[in-house]
Amino acid sequence: MANEAQNVEERTVIEVEDLVTHYGERQILNGLSLSVREGEVFVIMGGSGSGKSTLLRYMLALERPTSGTVRVLGQDIVNCPASEIYELRKEMGVAFQGGALFSSMTVGDNIRLPLREHTDLDATTIRIMARLKLEVVNLAGFENLMPAELSGGMLKRAALARAVVMDPKLLFCDEPSAGLDPVVSAALDQLILRLREALGMTVVIVTHELESAFSIADRIVVLDRGNILTIGTVDEVKNSDNERVQSLLNRQTEVEELDPDAYLRRLLEDTIH
Amino acid sequence: MPADGQSHVLNGAARRALDAMERTGKSTLEAVSGFGYGAALFFECIYWVFSGKRRRQPVRIPMVFEEMMQIGIRALPIVTILSLTIGIMLAIQGIHTLKLFGAESRVTLGIALSITREFAPLITGILVAGRSGSALAARLGTMNINQEIDALRVMGINPVRYLVAPPLIAMLVMLPALTFYSDLVALLGAGIYVSLDLGISFTAYTDRVIDALTMDDLMHGLGKSAIFAGLITLVGVVNGAGVKGGAEGLGRATTRSVVQAITAIVITDMLFVFVVTR
Repeated sequence: MANEAQNVEERTVIEVEDLVTHYGERQILNGLSLSVREGEVFVIMGGSGSGKSTLLRYMLALERPTSGTVRVLGQDIVNCPASEIYELRKEMGVAFQGGALFSSMTVGDNIRLPLREHTDLDATTIRIMARLKLEVVNLAGFENLMPAELSGGMLKRAALARAVVMDPKLLFCDEPSAGLDPVVSAALDQLILRLREALGMTVVIVTHELESAFSIADRIVVLDRGNILTIGTVDEVKNSDNERVQSLLNRQTEVEELDPDAYLRRLLEDTIH
Repeated sequence: MPADGQSHVLNGAARRALDAMERTGKSTLEAVSGFGYGAALFFECIYWVFSGKRRRQPVRIPMVFEEMMQIGIRALPIVTILSLTIGIMLAIQGIHTLKLFGAESRVTLGIALSITREFAPLITGILVAGRSGSALAARLGTMNINQEIDALRVMGINPVRYLVAPPLIAMLVMLPALTFYSDLVALLGAGIYVSLDLGISFTAYTDRVIDALTMDDLMHGLGKSAIFAGLITLVGVVNGAGVKGGAEGLGRATTRSVVQAITAIVITDMLFVFVVTR
């Protein structure tokens, strides 16, 4: 019985194996492997250029990797036909960094769009369901505003409402607290946790904000230059003896390695004919 | 350029020549891939129109009508002004030229043919490229920058079906319709001038125009405008979808879409005429 409970707890919803990706000629991810368990809040952390946003794009099947596999809800999203990815996406909600609300539609229309496109519900039901989600994110009454009329925090909340309107099994948030003041950002973190409780979702969050990450994460993966530095619970990451992790946590700038030959080569490149 | 030994051996001129060749090759590749992308988009749109319902990704009719409103109905005032002016201009030039031979009375034939076969489709095409092609590029470019296209994809909504098919259908319907309207208005403008200047009645002018025109002339113009419609939409979409580099890139893409669409229209026009009339 205990064993079975453990199994349930350990069920993975996202599995990334040996993921290698390139942007043009440049290699961005160097063979990452990780898994996200059902029901947890999984935070992908790292500095700028660490590859954390890239990792998210591959989890969402927005790009094709050079090699490696990504499985979401048991489905291999690298090698499966587009139609199955479209079906799978109905189980996923995504809140993008800038909200990515459609600027030509009202907030209400934005939130109703997935329901309109994917369900046969009548207009009234759709309206009520969208309002329910707006209530959850405290945006009741803002239905008829255009996204341009909302503040940054409200935009992110509206994006969250749109992401969860189909009651997805998986919620992805890209930099939920970027560009927000600490109070609003903390409120947004609480909102994400509340949503998880209410809808029983697994949540994957990409962020570079330490405080936010530590306050909501069940597990954290720290990325650096396309590699995994460490992966584990909040305490495990805090107590990690990895030098790069500690310098990231303590906001120390890394000591640049000095290589005089490489330095001279960079200075002289393209000048000697 | 990699800092290997070879690049240092080349002298300046050879290197510049190589760089130029590399740039030419790159832009040729880009142009070819642009063409291929455009063609693929066209067929993908056709696919969604016919099998979208079955795959639960239907092309929304209200969206098509909204685009038709934007592309067609809202363009009516400017099409009217331009067509009327061009009709009058053609009448003036025609009468002036034919005076040399004392054949002013034959002017209606020239006017009728040049308007229906050439001027109406060309002017309407260029106008719509400037009005709607650029708007399409700008809209898709903005959506691209704001991650709205990614948002559509992760919602399980195919962006081609949702964003490209409606304007394409609307354009394919409205541009020939606008061209036909432009035919009528330009002929009206020319008729007013001709009847005043040559002292013939407007009814007589109309009779002569109807005599001069064949169905073939009309369809020649309308057929061309349908091709222009496809070109304008696809050029706008390809440029908009490829926007990189924020607001500045967006501006460049919008301008480029207008220039490319007009160029494509004029070249296609020439090819079409060459193939059809010979």
